[in-house]
Amino acid sequence: MPSVIVLLAWMIVPLVMTVWFSFQYYNLVNPEAAGFAGLDNYEFLVTDPDFWAALTNTVILLGSVLVITVGFGTLLAVLFDQPFPGRNIARLLAISPFFVMPTVSALVWKNLLMHPIYGVLSVAMRAVGLEPVDWFAQYPLASVIAIVSWEWLPFALLILLTAVQSLDHEQREAARMDGAGAIAQFFFLTLPHLSRAIGVVVMIETIFLLTVFAEIFVTTSGGPGNASTNLAFLIYARALLQYDIGGASAGGVVAIVLANIVAFFLVRSIARRLEV
Amino acid sequence: MATLTLRDLRKNYGPMEVIKGVSLDVADRELVVFVGPSGCGKSTLLRMIAGLEAITAGELQIDGQRVNELGPADRGLAMVFQSYALYPHMTVRQNMGFALRLARVPRAERDRKVDEAARILQLEPYLDRRPKDLSGGQRQRVAIGRAIVRQPRVFLFDEPLSNLDAALRGQMRIELSRLHEELNATMIYVTHDQVEAMTLADKIVVLQAGRVEQVGSPLDLYHRPENLFVAGFIGSPQMNMLPATVQEAGPSGLAVALASGTRIVAPVAAGSANQGDSVTLGIRPEGLRLDPDGPIGGEVRLAERLGGLTLLHVTIEDGRQVTVQIEGSDLTRPHETVRLSVNPVACHVFDQSGRAFTHLLKHSLAA
Amino acid sequence: MQDSLLQRVTTAITGWAVALLLFFPIGWMVLTSFKTEGDAVKSSLAFTPTLASYGEVLARADYLSFALNSVVVSVGGTVLALLFAIPAAYSMAFHPTARTRGTLLWMLSTKMLPPVGVLVPIYLLFRTAGLLDSRIGLVLIYALMNLPIVVWMLFTFYKEVPNDILEAGRMDGARVFSEVWHLLLPLTMPGVASTGLLSLILCWNEAFWSLNLTSAGAAPLTTFIASFSSPEGLFFAKLSAASTMAVAPILVFGWFSQRQLVRGLTFGAVK
Repeated sequence: MPSVIVLLAWMIVPLVMTVWFSFQYYNLVNPEAAGFAGLDNYEFLVTDPDFWAALTNTVILLGSVLVITVGFGTLLAVLFDQPFPGRNIARLLAISPFFVMPTVSALVWKNLLMHPIYGVLSVAMRAVGLEPVDWFAQYPLASVIAIVSWEWLPFALLILLTAVQSLDHEQREAARMDGAGAIAQFFFLTLPHLSRAIGVVVMIETIFLLTVFAEIFVTTSGGPGNASTNLAFLIYARALLQYDIGGASAGGVVAIVLANIVAFFLVRSIARRLEV
Repeated sequence: MATLTLRDLRKNYGPMEVIKGVSLDVADRELVVFVGPSGCGKSTLLRMIAGLEAITAGELQIDGQRVNELGPADRGLAMVFQSYALYPHMTVRQNMGFALRLARVPRAERDRKVDEAARILQLEPYLDRRPKDLSGGQRQRVAIGRAIVRQPRVFLFDEPLSNLDAALRGQMRIELSRLHEELNATMIYVTHDQVEAMTLADKIVVLQAGRVEQVGSPLDLYHRPENLFVAGFIGSPQMNMLPATVQEAGPSGLAVALASGTRIVAPVAAGSANQGDSVTLGIRPEGLRLDPDGPIGGEVRLAERLGGLTLLHVTIEDGRQVTVQIEGSDLTRPHETVRLSVNPVACHVFDQSGRAFTHLLKHSLAA
Repeated sequence: MQDSLLQRVTTAITGWAVALLLFFPIGWMVLTSFKTEGDAVKSSLAFTPTLASYGEVLARADYLSFALNSVVVSVGGTVLALLFAIPAAYSMAFHPTARTRGTLLWMLSTKMLPPVGVLVPIYLLFRTAGLLDSRIGLVLIYALMNLPIVVWMLFTFYKEVPNDILEAGRMDGARVFSEVWHLLLPLTMPGVASTGLLSLILCWNEAFWSLNLTSAGAAPLTTFIASFSSPEGLFFAKLSAASTMAVAPILVFGWFSQRQLVRGLTFGAVK
């Protein structure tokens, strides 16, 4: 039990400090304007259109990546469960993106793949006679979603694959005796069996997706405008670009609240099944 | 080796009291069996003795010393779990020697003790195997071996045979009796199987809903049950229970009438019984005999032929079903009409609260 | 049932196509790293491999020092997190109180807080404690960062251990320490290993704290790569070479350990 207390203390201290700062005027470039701010920081935040855009972007990013990774992850898990020549190596290749650091993935996607002039995608499009697209300028959020999905798809695949493999073969044979085709087997057998693993994937991914930062920082810097700014990036911009610690802390508190709301729903829908 | 004393032990889970004041003395070298239906608290009681569950109230003494506050390791007890609870990552030798290793016993002595226990349990060929490579019976032995090696003051067994198949269970039962004799140890044994209780115990403690129903030798409980619960729980096949009405209380016993009007005299002290009181008449299956002049008439529904003996299921005049134990050589068939007489020694009468009227006849085997 | 040949061929082709597609960005990066800057922008497969970019990157930055920092802080952070999490998860799993469940979930939810939210307090704390740009500071922050997930994973693994076995240990005289050391850890080894591996990967790839809390002395590979980002963006070959060097160790490590990683995950959380 003491270890739990140490652990909690360690986690609470920064949190308390954040809450404290959120009620202060605290600007690094303007040190005279210090003092108690009451709810001013919060008021400033909620009346800021950037904030609401960031909130929306955060939720869209979370939702899209979850749908993409879980959807494709499930299909790919079933695919990689089938035996085929060189399956182990193919699987190894497929899960590789998970080990790549977000900064590097973002850099590679930005420069080598999606660069409007030299990127592989542009070159390929020109080769078939299409007008290349400046991905990060025209579809900033979608581009970020693509990168993040690429990073997390392997994780979903890995977890779901282990779950698919633990599916009882006799069950599947029984289903086949009952006349279930491949599609029926997938929906009535595989999918329900995966529900718990999907829960794990959603839970862990949510934790990381709410705080996506490096990918945005490297590629779009939140822009153009606020088109790809999420909450994490907004707070970063407040704190380190505008030196408004009070405002950033208020944003941090909002993020904590959001995190707890999401956590609450996760608990209701998933965690029960995790027997936490 | 050790005596054990329980003084009004109680256990609460929140507002729920699951052990409601148990007092008991266990003599040195005695094998005491806790028996009762599932949920009666017998395992909880054992775990309280072991130190795995905290004692809410009351006192537990080992050799006259209060041990409530001691941890499981310091009470000098060893326990054999229902699931065996062997350490899967250790070999049999390591499993059996783990306690000694923790106690920093030198390796040579440790090996000697493990070898000795392995010899007693015929486990020598398996010492370097892991639990998963052993059969159920062998795992059971290892679990017992792990307890023996520690030379505990008291052995605790928590339903140790319930995961074995019937044949093996019978064999292990005999083995446990032999061990008890060989080790000369105090043992407490929990089971829900009354046959195990009857065959193993020096003393049986019947528990129900967190209370002791009766304590006594196996034959005590069989021949002189103090209440309906014990009468019904001990003995297989079960005692026949028939509703009856008190007709007359005399010095030689209590005359009761079955629903059909049949009058039977049971040799029990009348106590406070009054004419017209509702009672329950209990008769062991071997207490009923086929007898053309018997007072009870009925029709045979089913004959279970076990070979040496046969169990007849008979529907008697008041519509109730009774079990009658007869010789295996008897040729009575289903659908025959029979008459039954009652052996008074095997008769018990219970009042409405389930308490037994005191038997007037002394039983040669019971206290 | 025998799958038809056609079906099997389709499976193989799809499987490989998907694998290659997912691996393409990494493969392309490695490929580009062997090109000259001139070839790199041509998106062509016809080129003469050269190590020139690697040479330039190594000449410009002390790769080994960054790599060493990465190894030290990743391993340090992971070990520290495990040291805290093993007893914490133990008490949560085997001596739960009414608040255990809530605590666990609350811990997980703190992981959803953008790190930048607590950046300022942490920065100030670190400045006061003299931990800025130190490996110890980064180890501390990485351990803290991964604790919720590590504790949660260990918790689910511990939950799989039959209580009987630990009680048997207690009867055999095991104190809390022996119970954890001799029984719990060996029994949950695959789970502990995969938890450690995951934490290691997460630490290695962490960019936010390393960028903000370190400058030169303790900077790991994520900082190294950041120095090649925007201004040098157009030097594709050098960028690729640096990226390849930053990713290669953990990628190879990940390939070798993925079986172990999967084994642990099957054993606990997923099954």
